[in-house]
Amino acid sequence: MIEAKALRKTFNKGKVVAVDEVSFSARDGQITGLLGPNGAGKTTTLRMLYTLLKPDSGGIKVDGIDPAAEPLKIKRALGVVPDSRGLYDRLTARENIRYYGRLHGLDKATIERRIDEFVRVLDMGEFIDRKTDGFSQGQRVKVAIARALIHDPRTVLLDEPSNGLDVMTTRALREFLRQLKSQGRCVVLSTHIMQEVAALCDRIVIIAHGRVAAEGTADELLARSGEKTLEDAFVKLIGSDEGLLA
Amino acid sequence: MMAVYIKELLDNFRDRRVIINTLILGPLMGPVIFAVMISFMTRQATERMEAPLELPVVGAEHAPNLISFLERQGVIITEAPDDPEAAVRQEVEEVILRLGPDFGEAWEAGHPAPVELIADLSLRYSGTTITRVRGYLNAWSGQVSQLRLQLRGVHPDLTRPINVQVTDLSTPESRGGMVLAFLPYFILITVFMGSMHMAIDTTAGERERKSLEPLLINPLPRWQIMAGKLAATTSFALMTLALGLVAFVFAMSYLPVEDMDMALNLDLRVAAWAFLLCAPAALMAAALLTILAAFAKSFREAQSYMGLVILVPMIPSFWILIDPTRTETWMTMVPLLSQNVLILDLVRGEPMNLAWVGLSLATTGLAALVLAAIAGTLYNRPNLIFTSG
Repeated sequence: MIEAKALRKTFNKGKVVAVDEVSFSARDGQITGLLGPNGAGKTTTLRMLYTLLKPDSGGIKVDGIDPAAEPLKIKRALGVVPDSRGLYDRLTARENIRYYGRLHGLDKATIERRIDEFVRVLDMGEFIDRKTDGFSQGQRVKVAIARALIHDPRTVLLDEPSNGLDVMTTRALREFLRQLKSQGRCVVLSTHIMQEVAALCDRIVIIAHGRVAAEGTADELLARSGEKTLEDAFVKLIGSDEGLLA
Repeated sequence: MMAVYIKELLDNFRDRRVIINTLILGPLMGPVIFAVMISFMTRQATERMEAPLELPVVGAEHAPNLISFLERQGVIITEAPDDPEAAVRQEVEEVILRLGPDFGEAWEAGHPAPVELIADLSLRYSGTTITRVRGYLNAWSGQVSQLRLQLRGVHPDLTRPINVQVTDLSTPESRGGMVLAFLPYFILITVFMGSMHMAIDTTAGERERKSLEPLLINPLPRWQIMAGKLAATTSFALMTLALGLVAFVFAMSYLPVEDMDMALNLDLRVAAWAFLLCAPAALMAAALLTILAAFAKSFREAQSYMGLVILVPMIPSFWILIDPTRTETWMTMVPLLSQNVLILDLVRGEPMNLAWVGLSLATTGLAALVLAAIAGTLYNRPNLIFTSG
């Protein structure tokens, strides 16, 4: 359960307003999509959620934990797949995941058991013991996801998870995210791809120019905009079609 | 923190380039250059001292006595070229002896007879030869003046009011210490080289791979992540240092030191002391390089900073080479300088002043900890985390 209230973040000493008055909530057992064109402030919003950036004002609560007060506790509660996957090329996939398990303070047996689970669920058997140098985008995302979820977090944040993936891998990824949802987790993902939210998300938060343009289920958004397709609704709600072609 | 430490070591041991550069080439470079340099220097010196001296002479006919004296001393008199000045200038000959036609005249009259040595004193290699020629000439001059005095019934000792004797207290070890003056520089540079790659890889490299952001999301205070990285870098530096010192000990044992009448006081015991002295410098180098590399966005950018930092350990070493002075207490409190002076004392075979060692360890250790503490705060700056935006 995430509650964000009136988040504001500026860069360059206040000259660039990246995020302004962003409020939304994401519930357990649901997939919430942050939808918006490139540069709308999705990544900045997520970075504030996973405490890498401090909001200038506004408040965040994850399962009732305030990141400003307990940054380490909130990091244990979250599983984050950031925009930059950043694997260590000289380590094998297993070693990459194991490293994060150790950083979370998990014991050896738990780490190995969890890795075996991910190998099965994410179909990583073929490359789990290979060095990640030369991995495809799909393989990298799988490793990054396993790494982020090694400590079995209740809340999962994903920044543009399907970036650079082919159709088959994207389908597998969506299936996996639905599994997370059915396990009762709170899943938040950011994307600029309409089909993704349409196919996946229970709730949609449309962000444009650093502000929340609209929030609700797909049907609610259609009703509010009076358009027939989600794409038209999106264009109408953000007030322009910029970024859609990116 | 341990997890970070173990991972960084594993990660870097996987990189064959790192292993070759820092653990093999780095420690070997110093001793090899050093050994080659010294054995070349000494061989040159002994060759010049012992090789038969060939001396071109202009106007040998004007002083047959002098020439025959020189020949008795084993000097090979050769025909001088037509233009002696040009021959020396073009470095065909090192030294040419010229006896003018007025030599005989002055000799007969009892005036100092002119003898000219033609040489280019700015050519360092000619120094030995000139000294040898001068020595022969002075010996002959002394002999003749003694004969002249005796002929007139004067005791030759009257012309020697004092007799200067130098009592050389230098030991073979201390003479060897002169040769080892470069050693501290090579040791310190090894420490810096050893930590360089790792410092870049764990910071700028992490940013370039874009793995820093996911890493910092882990529930670990940021200073602990940095501490793990620093510990790994320092371990690498210490490993390089240890290997470098052992390589030095081995390289020195192959040098023809007995020929030079000196002993190189560099055994494993001295190497162990040097290791202890430089250990805090390893942490200091690791912290300093890590701080710099953390500001760089890419490997390449970081490497360009490193080129300048490598000059830092050179400053005290060269200062001591240029202006050799006695070790004083304040010197042992200056990081990098203290390692220099104390290692020099060590290889000169002087007893270790434990108070100085303590001061050196304490001050360098303190400087290292301050730098490490600064490094620990670096990842609290958002602009050092994100590669973009």
